[in-house]
Order: sequence, then structure tokens, then C-alpha cells
Amino acid sequence: MEKKSLWKTITGSREASLVIVLIILCVFIASRNSAFLTPGSIEGLFKNYAVNFVLTCGMMLVLIIGGIDISIGSTLAFSGMTASLVLRDFPETSVPVAFLISIAVGTVCGLLIGAVVAYAKVPPIICTLGAMSVYRGLAYLIAKNEWVSASEFSKAYKAFAQSRYLGFGIINNLVVIVIILIVVFYIVMKWTPIGRKVYAVGSNAEAALVSGIKVTKVKLACYTILGALAGLSGAMFTSLYASSQGNMGEGIEMDVIAACVVGGVSLNGGRGSVIGVFLGTLIISIIGKGLPMIGVSQFWQKAIKGLIILLAVIINVLVQRQMDKAALKRREI
Amino acid sequence: MKKKLLSVMLCITLTASMLVGCSGKPSSNGTTDTTPTKPAETNTDNGSGDAGSADPYATDGTYAIIVKSAGNPYNKKESDGYKQVIEAQGGTCVIQEPESATAEDQITCINNVVSQGVDAIAIAANDTDALEPALKQAMDQGIHVMSLDSAVNANSREVFVNQAGTREIAQTLMDAILDISGGEGNWAILSAASTATNQNAWIDGMKEVMQDSKYSKLNLIGVYYGDDQYQASVDQTAAILTDDPNVKVICAPTTVGIMAAAKVLQDEGLTGKVKLTGLGLPSEMADYIGADDAHSCPYMYLWNPIQLGNLAAYVSIGLVNGVITGAAGETFTVPDTTLGDNGSYTIKEAADGGTEIILGAPFAFTPENIAEWSAVY
Repeated sequence: MEKKSLWKTITGSREASLVIVLIILCVFIASRNSAFLTPGSIEGLFKNYAVNFVLTCGMMLVLIIGGIDISIGSTLAFSGMTASLVLRDFPETSVPVAFLISIAVGTVCGLLIGAVVAYAKVPPIICTLGAMSVYRGLAYLIAKNEWVSASEFSKAYKAFAQSRYLGFGIINNLVVIVIILIVVFYIVMKWTPIGRKVYAVGSNAEAALVSGIKVTKVKLACYTILGALAGLSGAMFTSLYASSQGNMGEGIEMDVIAACVVGGVSLNGGRGSVIGVFLGTLIISIIGKGLPMIGVSQFWQKAIKGLIILLAVIINVLVQRQMDKAALKRREI
Repeated sequence: MKKKLLSVMLCITLTASMLVGCSGKPSSNGTTDTTPTKPAETNTDNGSGDAGSADPYATDGTYAIIVKSAGNPYNKKESDGYKQVIEAQGGTCVIQEPESATAEDQITCINNVVSQGVDAIAIAANDTDALEPALKQAMDQGIHVMSLDSAVNANSREVFVNQAGTREIAQTLMDAILDISGGEGNWAILSAASTATNQNAWIDGMKEVMQDSKYSKLNLIGVYYGDDQYQASVDQTAAILTDDPNVKVICAPTTVGIMAAAKVLQDEGLTGKVKLTGLGLPSEMADYIGADDAHSCPYMYLWNPIQLGNLAAYVSIGLVNGVITGAAGETFTVPDTTLGDNGSYTIKEAADGGTEIILGAPFAFTPENIAEWSAVY
């Protein structure tokens, strides 16, 4: 009896199905290469994909309200480049200031997109498609098509992504940022009226409007937050790689959206959880890090990545159907 | 309804991405940025045999250069060098920078410049064969086509300006690996995209050079592809390090790859164990080049992209003015004596059946000269 209920909890919960996919992936990779599950390797994974974790949190918001933002890679490049140029030209700029500059630029980028989508009612994919080119262009323009190289960054900025002073000497600074963000997002989305409003706008915007939620403001806020997070990622990215290029973060939006979808966020809006998104990003980053480690041919890696994403989504849809059926049954009784 | 909307959007997305694929920068319109040094002008007399009479490299035509992609300082230096010479010789220069490093975007660029009616196209190819139809069409219209930096196939060019012979680069890199490893041990290659023409040619060249018994104690554990992206290059470097904990040398013949690998090695504190060499931009690598164990890269190589652009410009003008035809065996002398052997070059048969002009041997960046060069490019 107990066993059955355990089975039911597994098949009845999307997160549990993701955990299973994750475990299978990890066991498979670790069995081929024992170095995969070492602390150093795991830290490396979280460090290299910290940017993805930050971006998926924001992307989740935008997807839940039924929108999408494909300009985040460009926002990342533009804001990261701005911060890098400031650091290059004013080497005494402190690390927090550089991060704030990057976040500020990202926030403005997101705010503009939010305004166009929420008030001018432009379809988000069109709006962010335009913004993607505009912000990318700006990233090239402000840098005059140059790179900012490692020797032009301040020591403190480069050290930030490599040290652990925010994590009490145990956890890497970038990973600390990720943890804080995920905890905050979890609490806000699950237990606060703000989180409820976001879900309400996504499930049924008209009903939300009737019930007194200021739909346009919620939309504006979601895009702005995603912009701010893209700005934060810009600083994290340049600090981690100690180099700033106009084309950085190109194509990252696809990985981020894929991570959200794998994590169970519905592209029609209204559905998605922080834990799911976290697990989804973890799966995407493990694929990215793990496949090269087990000697999968380079030519296969992309195809396999796509297949795993498809597989995870199929499992997800099946679980969702199961859940809907169960819910319907309860209602009939 | 929703589905219809979505499909319409996707169509628009596709068309839009095709349209934005190429950002042209006709430098002739620029009023502020046409004042760089003009090395050619001061040297014009050296080249032309009869003093005072017409300079064989004087021109009033329009010349286009298509680089691999926008936003890369190496490509920028290359097109700067090209523009410098063209404008100094009296011509007009059109610089085309594809949005991304793909053949599709370059085809858009080619069509752009063909419709602008240029006299010559110099292109650094993102794909060996995919550009052939577009370039052949250009040649049919009487436009002179040459490639630089990364070749198009022999059918779609008159001549290729090679930054350094494939063989020479392969040999230089292998000798560096032999020297850094101390003569034996495991080593790995971290490349760019698996389709990159020049990287693959160098890697094949290195494998050939390795046949020599001198290198018999070196063991290549594999070629890894970081796609010239940071995140992927870091993952691939980590994969090299876990695949073979005893790896001694990583050779990255690509600018982003070498930087990412250098950063990983220094961050992980592995610089005493694993060393790095390859081809990189001095300004980007300044932080990582040093003889001690605090630095991951003892020395690396590159050519001068500005000079590559300079030479390509003279060759373009030479083709248009009929100084050269691009056939093997032809010799010519460019006015700039800092290039080649006092400015003189010979056109040679290339390995792919076409012809090529080799800029010179790759240049070594060492702890001694890196500070000086990192200020240049």
C-alpha cells in the first residue's frame, strides 16, 4: 500500500519526474567518468552555468505571464559590456559598483521591453526580437567593436567570480548569488500575493483584471525584473570569464527557454514552479558539462542535448496529463 | 487563431533575421574615422619601378572586404588594415561585417556588395564551399574575388592571401608543444567550431607533422571543439582535464579557446602542471603569458592582422589593375617594404588546387614582448 502511494507521488508530481531524469543522467555520466561527481567538478558546473540559473528565474516570470523574451542574451552583452568599459576606463571602480551599473543598464533594457509589451500591446516575441538586435548592436557600438580583455579588468573584479567570501569561504560567490535568488523567488512565488498575481495574470488575464489586479503593471514588472537579472548576469559573465565581447551570451536565450520548458513552465502561461525551473536548468547544464566528459563525439552533443530536452518535455506532458486526469476524477466524485 | 499568429510571427522572425544578418559600414561615408596612419603613402615610390610615373597600385575603384563576423577585434584589425591601404591608394573601401560567423550571413553580404557595384571583394570565409555560387556570380559580373585569413575553395577565388602557411603554423605549433612538454607526454587540442576551415587545416597539418619520429613521444589525446564560445570552451577544457589528468600541454589554435583555457588553468591552480600554447590575440592574452608557474601560457603565436589586411588590399588592387592575375609563379612587389621580403611576394600553388600568397611566418609572443604587443592589438 505504502509502495503504491510512493509510486503515485512520483508519477503525480512533475518535480519528482525531473529528479528521476536528473538521477539517471548523473548516474550514467558518473559511471562513465568518476570525476564528474567530485566537489571540484560540481562547483565548476554551478560556476560556469550560474548565469543560466539567474536568467531562468527571470525567464520563468515572463513565461508564466504568457510572454517570452528572446533578447536576454543581448541585454546580457550590452549591460556586461557597459560595466566592463567603466571598469576599463576607471580602474578604481569597486566590484559592487560595477555590478550595480550592469544591473541598472539591464533594468532599463527590461523596462523598455516591458513598456512596449504591456502598454503598446506589441506581441512579446516581435518586441524582443527587435530589442535583441538593438541591444546587441548597442553592445558593439559602445565598445567600438573592441573587446575588453583580462588585463584591463581590475584584480578585485576578476577575483570576485573565483573567491568565496560571500559564501563564508565554502561556496563560490556566484553560486551564492544563485542560491539567494532561488530562495527569494521560491518564497515570493509560493507564499506572497505578488507571486499569486503573476500566476493569475498568466492563467487568465481577463479574470485577473476583473478581480482588481493591475495586469499591465504586473507585466511591466516581470519584464523589468528579467532585464535586471540579465544585467546581473552580464556582470557575472564578464567577471567569470575576465573578458567582454560584443557577441557574448549569443544564443543563451535558447538554453534558458529550454531549461524553463524542461522544468515544466508552460509556454501558454500560468504554469511553472521555481523548483521545476531549478531542476530544468540543472539538467541543461549537466548535459552541457557532462557530455564532453564522457567522450560523446562533438558532432553528437547538440543532437543528444536536443533529444534529452524533448524526452524531458514528453515525460513532463505525460505527467501533467496524469495530474489533470487525477484532478478531474476528484472533481467527479 | 493563436497558432496562426505564432506561425506568422515565426515567419517574420526568420525574414527579419535574414535581413539583419549583415550590417554594412561603408567607410566612405564616415567623416571622422578616416585619419589613421597611411604607411603606404609614404612608401609609394619604393614599389613602382620608374619614379614619378603612375603607381601601379593607384586606384579610384571601390573595394569590399567581408570579414568573418562583427564584434571581434581580430576581424576589426584585419578590415582596418585593408581600408588603410585602399584609401591611401585613392580607392573607396566598403567593410561588411556579418552579424554572426555563418556562411548564410556572408552570402547576404556578398549580394550586398555586388549590387553596390564594387570592383573587388576580399573575403575571410566562414565556409569553404557554401559561398561558391554567390562568389562565382560576382566573378561573372567582372568583380575580382580573393580570400584572406580563411580560404574559399579554389573555384571561387582568384588568389588566397594566407596569414601563414598551413604547414608553417602546424610545424611551429608542434615545435612549441615539443618544447613546452619537454619532449614527451600527453597533449590535447582545443579548437573552435568543428567546421572552421583554417582550424581544421592546421589540425590536419599538425597531425601530419607529428608523423616525424621527433614527436613520437607526444601523444595527442583528442581534439575538442569549444565553438569559439566561452561557456562551451570552459566545459571542453574541463573535459580535457578530466579525460586525462596527466595531460601536459593544451594547444588552442583559436582566440576565444586559448583565452578560456588560460583562465581555467589559472583559476584551478593547474598552471604548474598543464601548460598552454596556440594562437591568440596578445591584448587578450597579456594576463596569462609568463614564464613562471603563475601563468598558464609560456608563449603563443599569431600573425599581424593589420598587415594581413594591408597585403590583401594591395593584392585586390593588383588584381583590378592587372598587375597580377593570381596565377602561380607570378611575382610582385608591394609599395610597403615592411611586408614580406622587402615587399616582394611570389604567388604559389596552394594545397587545395588554387593559388595563395603567404604573408610570412607566425610571430611568437613571449613574456618579453607581450607588454609591447598587447598595446597594439
